[in-house]
Order: sequence, then structure tokens, then C-alpha cells
Amino acid sequence: MDLQDLVQEDAGAGTFRIHRSTMTSAEILRLEQERIFDRCWLYVGHDSEVAKNGDFIRRTIAGRPLFMVRGLDGVVRTFMNSCIHRGAQICRQDQGNAGGFVCFYHGWSFNDRGELIAVPDPEGYPEGFCESGRRLLSPPHVDSYRGLHFVNFAAEAISLVDYLGSARELIDQTMDAAELVGGWQITRGSAKYDIRANWKLLLENSVDNYHFQTVHKTFADYMAGERKRANLPRLAGNPFADSRGVTYENGHVAMLTTAAGRSLANPSPTWTPEAIAEANRLREQMIATHGEERGTAMANRSRFLLVFPNLMFHDTQSGMKLRQFWPTAPDRMQVTQWELVPRRESKELAYYRLQGGVTFQGPGGFGTPDDVEALESCQIGYGCHEVEWSDASRGMRRDSRSDDELTARGFWRHWHALILGGTGTDRMGDPPVPQKVVAMQRAAR
Amino acid sequence: MSAAKVLSYGEPGTTQDLMLRLAVENFLANEAALLDSWRLDDWLALFTPDARYLVPPTDLPDADPERDCMFIDDDFERLKGRVARLKSRYAHREYPVSRTRRLVTNLRLTGVTDEEVAAEASFLVYRSRNEHLAPYVGLYRYRLAIEKNGEFRIRFRRAELDLERLSDHGAVSIIL
Repeated sequence: MDLQDLVQEDAGAGTFRIHRSTMTSAEILRLEQERIFDRCWLYVGHDSEVAKNGDFIRRTIAGRPLFMVRGLDGVVRTFMNSCIHRGAQICRQDQGNAGGFVCFYHGWSFNDRGELIAVPDPEGYPEGFCESGRRLLSPPHVDSYRGLHFVNFAAEAISLVDYLGSARELIDQTMDAAELVGGWQITRGSAKYDIRANWKLLLENSVDNYHFQTVHKTFADYMAGERKRANLPRLAGNPFADSRGVTYENGHVAMLTTAAGRSLANPSPTWTPEAIAEANRLREQMIATHGEERGTAMANRSRFLLVFPNLMFHDTQSGMKLRQFWPTAPDRMQVTQWELVPRRESKELAYYRLQGGVTFQGPGGFGTPDDVEALESCQIGYGCHEVEWSDASRGMRRDSRSDDELTARGFWRHWHALILGGTGTDRMGDPPVPQKVVAMQRAAR
Repeated sequence: MSAAKVLSYGEPGTTQDLMLRLAVENFLANEAALLDSWRLDDWLALFTPDARYLVPPTDLPDADPERDCMFIDDDFERLKGRVARLKSRYAHREYPVSRTRRLVTNLRLTGVTDEEVAAEASFLVYRSRNEHLAPYVGLYRYRLAIEKNGEFRIRFRRAELDLERLSDHGAVSIIL
């Protein structure tokens, strides 16, 4: 299939479809590695993971083993985890604290800034070998935004700030909200799991509310039971009435909803009066500091933001999480999910936050396992090569709700532009609905 | 199933100690049999109302549920919710249900009082479904309450995985 034809949009008909070879082809995955993962800004880790000087963490980013260190000078640096001598890994622990790193293979020593400082038997080398500026390599571009550290492997790249573009406002809302309670801190431990499905399936799933009522019926039933136990009436009305999808430049897309139960600061009526009062105080502080509109958005809105290509930023009623996923084969991905908590939060709110998270999202939650099942089921379904297309037309003919597929279309438009060798798409969002259709819809009402 | 009666206990190596070990072993084997046959209501009946069921993440077996990331942190209410969910045809990851076989072994009694027995055991839980076999391996930590009638009830049950990640497993959708 011609790359040009992989994603097809018919603005007149209001339809959008994606060829399923995008989910199964080894050649497409190779192109993704070359034209997406080797060109985009990629998340590595959070400031709080290397809080103290000498702290380090180890990560694999786009197939490269890397490690991130806070030097003894307080500066965070990211290194390629490969000795410049013969290639062995310099950092062999997932995390720790060190003043320097010695390669275990032949004993080359590097300081906290990655500079080669000693080799065993230096007489075997030309004079001044160690002093000649030899050092561990870093990715070509390294930058951070609001405590989130990124790298970019392209020779030339736009700045991280430009890359994040107007999606920064969502990140800012979450970061500003946490400033009032000491900022975010990644908890100890993470959820690491594989899904036997193409990586883009998880991305679509993460910004899709359309599947909620079907895939997550058991979770909805459990939450309804919680309300019943608290003698609260059943939730009525359209759960998506006050929700929407958003597209930004550079492939970032988001789903915004307003479900209650956010410890920052949209309390659930099932909480104790003290916890509700505390969350409401926090909301008032947000409004006082950031104004009515922005403060309310910070408090009420759940933000499900995809930072293109593979970082999900979840600030929702299931807590604050970062989730990153990497393809290891066309039909397999590795997922890591980190949980973030405010440094200063009452024990009670922290409890609700952690409980909200563990109930739904994660390998043992009441939600995620069924998402995993749905994604793997799609991938098995792709074995039917004759069924060539997946459909993402929902909501092209109306103002987007969060259970529409605007977010998927935004992602795919950008993805397609990059796969074709370009730098991005001119239009992330849907084309305007034709006047003719608007008139027809109006007449039908 | 009726839980084994605890007769008494004694110093290591004594007959009383062996009897207690056998009673705990018997209890755990019967518990595993209930789970492997998906008799989840009967399994739930083994717990005390103040019970807790925990599964820490693979990269932090000693995780503290009060402040760290957890895979599962159930009190009795949520455990009831978990069982209700797993019995539903809408728990898609387990509908149709997977086949499991549990090996619970290397039992050690780590603390015994008149009210409670603390025990550790190694587990290997095989789950197979959709042509994939995934073994969950790890350590159980139990606290079994000794009821007035001499039967055990589970007060605390923690399954610590010895895996680097959930690779072929994808999730912890079964009871571990």
C-alpha cells in the first residue's frame, strides 16, 4: 500500500479511516522509529526521581539505554548508557545515588558530569588520554519543561517549548495546581506491563471515552455501588455533556472531562466532610491565585493529554499519572506507568488519591485489565487482512465531545504527515462542517 | 469447605508445631483449589471483615500502600467488588475465564499467637488463556486469624511478585 493512502479523510462525507497495516507492518514500525521516535521529543523522567545531588535513574528511550543523573552541581544530565571504550552499560541499576560511575568491564571511570577521569593502567594509552575531553555522550538535544525531562535524537530539532506548543497550558494547569501543595513527586514503584498490541492502540484508547460504557461497565457498576453505600442518588444525565476532545499542534491531543473525585480539588461526595472541605479550600485557593476561569478549570477538569508520540499525562479522578509506551514489535508494546502525589497533601486526601488510582487504572485495577483485553482483541482481529480499514469518523459532523474520535483523528493526521517524511500537518482538527450539512441538521431538529 | 481446626501449637519440631503447619498447609491448599475452580464467593467467605489483600508493583515488593504505587490494595469492601466484577460477563479480561493452576509451597510459619498465625509461602500461579501461558511467581505473606471455633480466617494476604515486569501477563486480572 502507498504510504499516502494509509490515512484517508473525506471531509465531504464526514468519514475518516486508517489502513490496518499501520498496526501490523514491520516496515511501518521501522518508519515510525526513523521518522517519529528518532525525530520527536521523548519523555525520560521527572525531576523528583533525581531529587538529591548524585541521584540517578535508568531508562530505555526509543531503544537506547539512557541514564539521567543529578550531578554534584545540582544539574540534571542525561547520558547514553554505553561506555565509550567497548560499549558496556555504565549504569547497571534502575536507580540509586552515586558520585561517579565506573564501567565494570575494563574499569574506565567517569565523574558525575560524565567526564572520563581515570582508566586502569594509563601507561597503555597516549599521554593525556583521559584529559582530552573524552566523556559519555548525551542525546543531541536534552531539555526539560516544568520538571519533565525530555530528549530528542534528531540532528536538528525545534525547541521543547515550541514542540509542546499550546498543549503546555494543560501541563501548566496541573503543575500550577500542585504548586499550592508543594509540587509533584513521583511515588516509589511503578506499573510495568506489556500489551500484545500495537502501541498506537493504547494511545487511541487513552484519549477515547466512547469505550467507557462498554469496556468499563464493571467499574461503573462498582462506583455506582460506592454511591449507594454512601446513600447518594445514582448519577443521572449524559456523563459526557460537559466534556470534549482537543487537538493541538505537533500531534498532541487531549480529552477533558469533569468527573468528581479529584483530590486536587474536585471532591467526591463519597468522601468524609473533612476531606471535602479540604479539597474545596484548595479549589478556592486555585481560584484566588489563578482567577475564576483558570482556577475552576485547574480544579474541575480531568486532563487526559497525549504528548506526541507516546507520553500520556493523566491528571484525573484516578490520580495524577504519567504513562509511556514503546513498541517492541508491530504487535507488542511495553508500558510503564508512574503515579505522582503532591508533596504536601493531608493523609486523608492522599489516601483518596491513591485509592482512586488503584481502583481503576493499573494492572490490578477495575479498568485497565479490560482495556488491555480490548487492545489485544483488536490486534488478534487484524489477523483478518481482508478487513482492511479501521474507522475513526465519530463526531466529525459535530462539536467534539470526549466520546468522539476527534483526538484519534488529530493524532493520525500528524502521524501520517511524519510518516510521509514531513514535519507535521497543517490541520490537526476536523475541517469545518459544510454549511449544507449544518442546514440539514438544523432542519432535522 | 470447612477450614481446618487449630488444635494447639508448640515449639518448632514438636508434634503441636507439625499439626499447626499441616493445618495451615491444608487451609492454603483448599484456598488455592477454590480459586482455581473460580468458586469466588466461597473464597471470599474465608476473609475477616477487616481483611486486606495487597499486590505491590513488580519493581517494589516492599511497597507501603499508604504512600507507594500498588497494583492492588483491597479492603474487604473492595475485595467484594473485585469478586462481583470477576463474576460478571463484563469483566472482559476474564470472560471467558482463564484457566489457572496454583502451586503454593515452601510454607514457613513466621509468627504464632493465640489469635493469629503469620505465614509465608512461595507461589507459582499459571494462567492460560487465548493461547498464552503466563506464570506469576512470588511470595505470599499471610496473617490468618484463629476464630473462636478454631477455624482460620484470612486477615491479611499480600502477594509479592518476583517478576521484573508483567510481560506476557499484561495485567493482574485474576486473584493472585
